[in-house]
Amino acid sequence: MIEVRNVIKSFDGKTILHDISADFYAGKTNLIIGQSGSGKTVLMKSIVGLIVPTSGQILYDGKDLLTLSHNETRLLRSEIGMLFQGSALFDSLTVLENVMFPLKMFTHKTLKERTKRAEFCLERVNLKGADKLFPSEISGGMQKRVAIARAIALNPKYLFCDEPNSGLDPKTSLLIDELVSDITKEYNMTTIINTHDMNSVMGIGENIIFLNKGHKEWVGTKDDIFTSDNEALNNFVFASNLFKEVKEYVLTQKQGHL
Amino acid sequence: MFLIKPLAQFGRYLMLMRSVFSIPDRWSEFFRRYITEIYKLGIDSIAIVATISIFIGAVITIQMVLNIMSPMIPAYAVGLATRDVLLLEFSSSIMCLILAGKVGSNIASEIGTMRVTEQIDALDIMGVNSANYLILPKIAALVSIIPILVIFSMFTGLFGGFLVSVFTQMITVTKYIYGIQAMFNEYYIWYSIIKSLVFAFVISSVASYYGYNVKGGALEVGKASTDSVVISSVMILMLDVLLTKLLMQ
Repeated sequence: MIEVRNVIKSFDGKTILHDISADFYAGKTNLIIGQSGSGKTVLMKSIVGLIVPTSGQILYDGKDLLTLSHNETRLLRSEIGMLFQGSALFDSLTVLENVMFPLKMFTHKTLKERTKRAEFCLERVNLKGADKLFPSEISGGMQKRVAIARAIALNPKYLFCDEPNSGLDPKTSLLIDELVSDITKEYNMTTIINTHDMNSVMGIGENIIFLNKGHKEWVGTKDDIFTSDNEALNNFVFASNLFKEVKEYVLTQKQGHL
Repeated sequence: MFLIKPLAQFGRYLMLMRSVFSIPDRWSEFFRRYITEIYKLGIDSIAIVATISIFIGAVITIQMVLNIMSPMIPAYAVGLATRDVLLLEFSSSIMCLILAGKVGSNIASEIGTMRVTEQIDALDIMGVNSANYLILPKIAALVSIIPILVIFSMFTGLFGGFLVSVFTQMITVTKYIYGIQAMFNEYYIWYSIIKSLVFAFVISSVASYYGYNVKGGALEVGKASTDSVVISSVMILMLDVLLTKLLMQ
């Protein structure tokens, strides 16, 4: 479990995150949603430790990331997997070498063991036969799957996904969502997904934190969204006619049940 | 006030170097990358070093014949002057200025692209010391390969002069060969190598600094690449003056 406590982040006197507190649970897909510029990425980078918050606490199973020693931070990082918006695969390495990279850097496994583990991870993300290809030779969806395979190679306790569906077609987006959700349950990981894809919100949002202009505006599940009267949330989630119709349909169904 | 920005930048450069010069996470990985960088930064530069050195060696010889030949000066002085120009300045300083353009822009754009595509963030998240992992093999590789490039440049430059003597009859081959051996001072070679080691460090570390600190996208990567070449060239010229004063006086 990851707890964020009273996190404030300012850049050059401008406050981006205003006193954010939130809980992210193990075995659940935790979503951070919000408009562009709402502070989602800054919050995620603060949780991961790429940005140091101006004040506040980031607790990983009770341990404050900001007060850990260098070695403790290094140890914690080996328990973190991250899927970047642009996949961030190493251009000079093949698909298999990319997945083997964290194993090579942080374990004492033999080459055979590393290869076996990397092949298992690639198989888990349904990516067979691409081992020897370079990232530039595979599609965006495949790159995302390789990045997921790399992220889970060390069996992490925490998985972070920064806009995992950006640039992908709806079908591939759905596959990636399902994959992340399945892996989260399978390994009981604390997964945090940063997204503004409403399909992801409706599909896998088990614990949703809505940010608005750097403030935590709302917390709930995908089902709670339909009954929420939070104006900013409704304006964001139901901005398109399609989702307005979905909302009306869901509410009608609920009333029918009552 | 105008000094604050450069000083802040120099401070950031020193902090980056502190991260770079730490024990590698995995020595085997360091050596693998070191060998790759030797090939990429050194072996790949041999062709350009040879081409430029041969032509400049030939031009220096022609200029010497045209400008210093007189009944008062022995003909072998052409070979001697060509050799000293190549050994003292061209093969170290000018060659490093050229390499600052080729190698420096390569390093800055490679690391800069890794920064904007979040590959460096990915390394940091994994707990890898990204500065050490990416930059140390490049600095070590360029510093260790540069003496070989410098000596290679000296030989090919002298060979360029030799070609002039063979094909133009501006100076006889015998006099040219005698000239390049006359009054030879071995220290000139050491002086050239010492300078080139310093320049190699400047080229690789400055380019790495600019690449590592890129913020933005493709446009900024290009700008970082250009800035790194400009700054390393200026630093090479300034250090050339300083080192010449220190080493030759």
